[in-house]
Amino acid sequence: MIDVFPPAFFFFIAAAIIPFLPQGIFRTLVLLFAPLVAGLYIFDLSHGVSSQIELAGLSLELMRVDKLSVVFGLIFCLASFLGNLYALHVRDSVQQIAALAYVGSAVGAVFAGDLVTLFLYWEGAAITSVFLIWARRTQGAYHSGMRYLIMQIASGVILLGGTVLLYRETGSIAFEAMTLSSFPTWLIFIAFGIKCAFPLLHNWVQDAYPAATVTGTVILSSFTTKLAVYALARGFPGTEILIYIGATMTLFPIFYAVIENDLRRVLAYSLNNQLGFMVVGVGVGTELALNGTAAHAVSHILYKSLLFMSVGAVLFRTGTAKATQLGGLYKSMPLTMIFCVIGCASISAFPFFSGFVTKSLILSGAAKEGYYVVWGILLFASACAFHYSGIKIPYFAFFSHDSGLRPKEAPTHMLWAMGITAALCIGVGVFPSVLYSLLPYEISYNAYSTTHVITQLQLLFFSALAFTVLLRAGIYPPMLKAVNLDFDWTYRKLLPTIFGSSASYVTRLWSAITLFGMAKIDRVISGLYRSHGPEGRMARVWPTGAMVLWIAIILTATMIVNFI
Amino acid sequence: MDSAAILPGLSIIDQLPLLAVVLPMLAAPLCVLFGNRHIAWLLAFLASLFSFLFSFHMLLQVMDGDVLSYHLGGWAPPMGIEYRIDAANAFVLMLISGISTVILPYARRSIAYEITKVSHTLFYCCYLLCLTGLLGVVATGDAFNVFVFLEISALSTYVLVAMGAERDRRALTAAYDYLIMGTIGATFFVIGIGFLYSVTGTLNMVDMAERISTLEDNRTVQAGFAFIVVGMGLKAAIYPLHLWLPGSYTYAPSVVTAFLAATATKAAIYVLIRFMFSVFQPEFIFELHTFKWILMPLAILAMFAASLIAVFQTDLKRLLAYSSVAQVGYMILGISLASKTGLSAAIIHLFNHGITKAVLFMVVGAFLMRVGGSFTKYLNGLGKQMPITCAAFVVGGLSLIGVPGTAGFISKWVLIDAALQKDLWWLAVLIVLSSLLAVIYVWKVVEVLYMKQPDETRVLKEVPYSMLVPMWVLAIACIYFGFDTDLTLRSATVAAESLLSGGIK
Repeated sequence: MIDVFPPAFFFFIAAAIIPFLPQGIFRTLVLLFAPLVAGLYIFDLSHGVSSQIELAGLSLELMRVDKLSVVFGLIFCLASFLGNLYALHVRDSVQQIAALAYVGSAVGAVFAGDLVTLFLYWEGAAITSVFLIWARRTQGAYHSGMRYLIMQIASGVILLGGTVLLYRETGSIAFEAMTLSSFPTWLIFIAFGIKCAFPLLHNWVQDAYPAATVTGTVILSSFTTKLAVYALARGFPGTEILIYIGATMTLFPIFYAVIENDLRRVLAYSLNNQLGFMVVGVGVGTELALNGTAAHAVSHILYKSLLFMSVGAVLFRTGTAKATQLGGLYKSMPLTMIFCVIGCASISAFPFFSGFVTKSLILSGAAKEGYYVVWGILLFASACAFHYSGIKIPYFAFFSHDSGLRPKEAPTHMLWAMGITAALCIGVGVFPSVLYSLLPYEISYNAYSTTHVITQLQLLFFSALAFTVLLRAGIYPPMLKAVNLDFDWTYRKLLPTIFGSSASYVTRLWSAITLFGMAKIDRVISGLYRSHGPEGRMARVWPTGAMVLWIAIILTATMIVNFI
Repeated sequence: MDSAAILPGLSIIDQLPLLAVVLPMLAAPLCVLFGNRHIAWLLAFLASLFSFLFSFHMLLQVMDGDVLSYHLGGWAPPMGIEYRIDAANAFVLMLISGISTVILPYARRSIAYEITKVSHTLFYCCYLLCLTGLLGVVATGDAFNVFVFLEISALSTYVLVAMGAERDRRALTAAYDYLIMGTIGATFFVIGIGFLYSVTGTLNMVDMAERISTLEDNRTVQAGFAFIVVGMGLKAAIYPLHLWLPGSYTYAPSVVTAFLAATATKAAIYVLIRFMFSVFQPEFIFELHTFKWILMPLAILAMFAASLIAVFQTDLKRLLAYSSVAQVGYMILGISLASKTGLSAAIIHLFNHGITKAVLFMVVGAFLMRVGGSFTKYLNGLGKQMPITCAAFVVGGLSLIGVPGTAGFISKWVLIDAALQKDLWWLAVLIVLSSLLAVIYVWKVVEVLYMKQPDETRVLKEVPYSMLVPMWVLAIACIYFGFDTDLTLRSATVAAESLLSGGIK
């Protein structure tokens, strides 16, 4: 029997009663209280308890409570609360139900003690989340959602395959640390990898997230990939290949993010880059690094939500998130601008912002184990992150040339959601010990050591220096306006010429492969249609004689087999 | 395992094996005699309900491996006819009578739409006879009696299918095709029985099994086996002997399709299992060869070829018919693994697929009633206009795919487990791959129902409650049996055990 009530069910119950409530205050209460209640409940859970049920002869561990699952469970509930607060203006039952059920699945998966339960929630998260994309109700969103769903379901199917094979091999479905020594564990690894957007498996993130609704993206960005990070941290800590995968992940999206025009897509690329840090942390696998992964996941969820919220608010008010069409919004959306800048400061790891105290855990973790090259890559990647998310997003949205748009400030509930998130970002940065106390392992780490602060400031200053050098090398900008233009030019001309060629080469190769594949698939489908379609020879109405012929054939075959 | 010979007339409980079968048979002529369609319906419903209650009671009695033996007319076997109820056939009896009991309330309004009122009493009469036949086939322990009941159910089925002619004349050719094919199948079956009788001199299955056990190398026994497999395989619609099925399912009245899809092929599969594992020894070399070289390849072929045909169908009823052929493939696959788990998989899928397909065909019947056709082009956007009916389709569709949390998942899970126990990795992969085809054809319909723009000029309301409730009873069963596997999995396991240990001996 269930002796510990799974917190995921708070969300499921909320999702189930939502359709029966009228839009308005009641739904608002349910949407806001479900995550809060679940969060408090998780906070109160005593560690080490577990809860099992029997299903089809397997004993499923619905609840496994330890520090790792609790920290992810808590941040998921918090993110859900903030996301729902941000989305209060939405009057669409589909989105409200999907958001709750989706978070419920993610929370359930975090507490899953065995692979079958994990699989059930894994697929649950996939199926419920796609409605946040479809809720936009455009043809493009429909197709993006479809591609997203296929990737997610594929991940689930591979996970199931791995689980079944593992069960055959070991007789256990427990979800414990694994090693990449056999085919089943590789399958599970790949399943996690798809959800975690490993390089070459990452396209669904950039495809789907910008396609979702304004509020849907905020919610989507928080859970799926972080669930995968949790699964990796639980299943594959200390797997060395993850270090290199993670390092690639931090570098890979930079090229694309720099030349991308849609700001939500820039954020989606930067999401990949930040995931890379966490994956490296899992790969290093020491206590410090795993703490870093968990902590970074927490602060990442916060500042990435904040960034998606602020860009979403801009999209909500102006109808576009294209860098080229925005600019000068600081005049009419000052609060949104401030919150956005706070998010940017966090993602760029300025001291006193959340990124600073969490990213460094991973970096030190990697350095301590002697992965100096990786450490260097991560450092470079953070500098780049500063460039493309830290500067590009606020610059193009709120400053840059004046687009002439004078939208209203974001709605109050959005401001509240952003304000609370921003406060949390700063809070984590200023009082890291609160977050540290929640981490899976004991920690004695002082983020504000002189060396660290100086290193980080040096890094940020060197970024600025690099920027200045570029200025000096370009046209001489006498005024601020020209600086802006010049800055503009680095993004639009210089960097694209450097990265553009490699990016376009990769893109061309991809599209060639896809075209080739599509042509093949088309041919196979039309062939199948010829044979199996309604007019095909397989599906035709057969004359009675032909049916009798088949009986004769099968009988003869059976006889032959019998008599031999 | 020993069973006391029970003398008839002791108490009503001891008469259950017979009553479950005979009640519908007695009710059938009464329907015609009363000549009133309301009374006919009531009779049919009550007969079916009591059959179900009796079957359920018997299932509880035999759940721990007991066997009920009923001697018809007090004549002891092997001379007299014996009804033997063990876990395997009690389970199938419960499925058949249960489905029938749920479908009958639905039938009332559905046939009122599809068949003229004059024929209603005849419809119920044929329906009851068909039910009798199917129950009898499953309950009896006498090989020739199987044939008799098989013919009873088959003849009434031909009439039932032909009743679809009021809506579409092609029902007549479909019924005719089915008649030819069904007769050939039954003839093959009876030829097989004849061969066995000529060698063993008995028709009682238990007796026959004992005598056959020493006759492995006898060519007549082997030929008899081949004829029985092919004859019953035709009734069970094993690919490529399924050619009668799509036509009959498509053009028969919706109720008939729902009933047949859920029960008729299942009864045939039960007979196959009974003969393969109880009458013949599954250790016989020739039988193992048949499993390996005939049944397994055909099962895999069915899983893919029939699903592919279903993917391209534009008529929802025909689509589901082909999906049935594919699903039969899974059951045959379970049988062909010749292991306890494989057999449990076949039996549990028999049950789960029965309730799943019944839901789906009932939904199609509801669509038919409101929009007048089952082609997908008529169904655009029905999700908004008939939300309750369409939701039932989604539940059934998920179960058909085998999504976790539905009954279909349990059977696929057990089947994959069975394949893995035999170290057939590739087979497990094929099972999963073919399920993806089910995803495609179910999704195709869901897309039409929910994503397409509805025809605004059409004003539709939901079908009456007498149709919605039965649909949802089964739809909820699809979900319920996805979580509570105690009844289904335990019955199937006990049934498989008793079959493999020669439960009939």
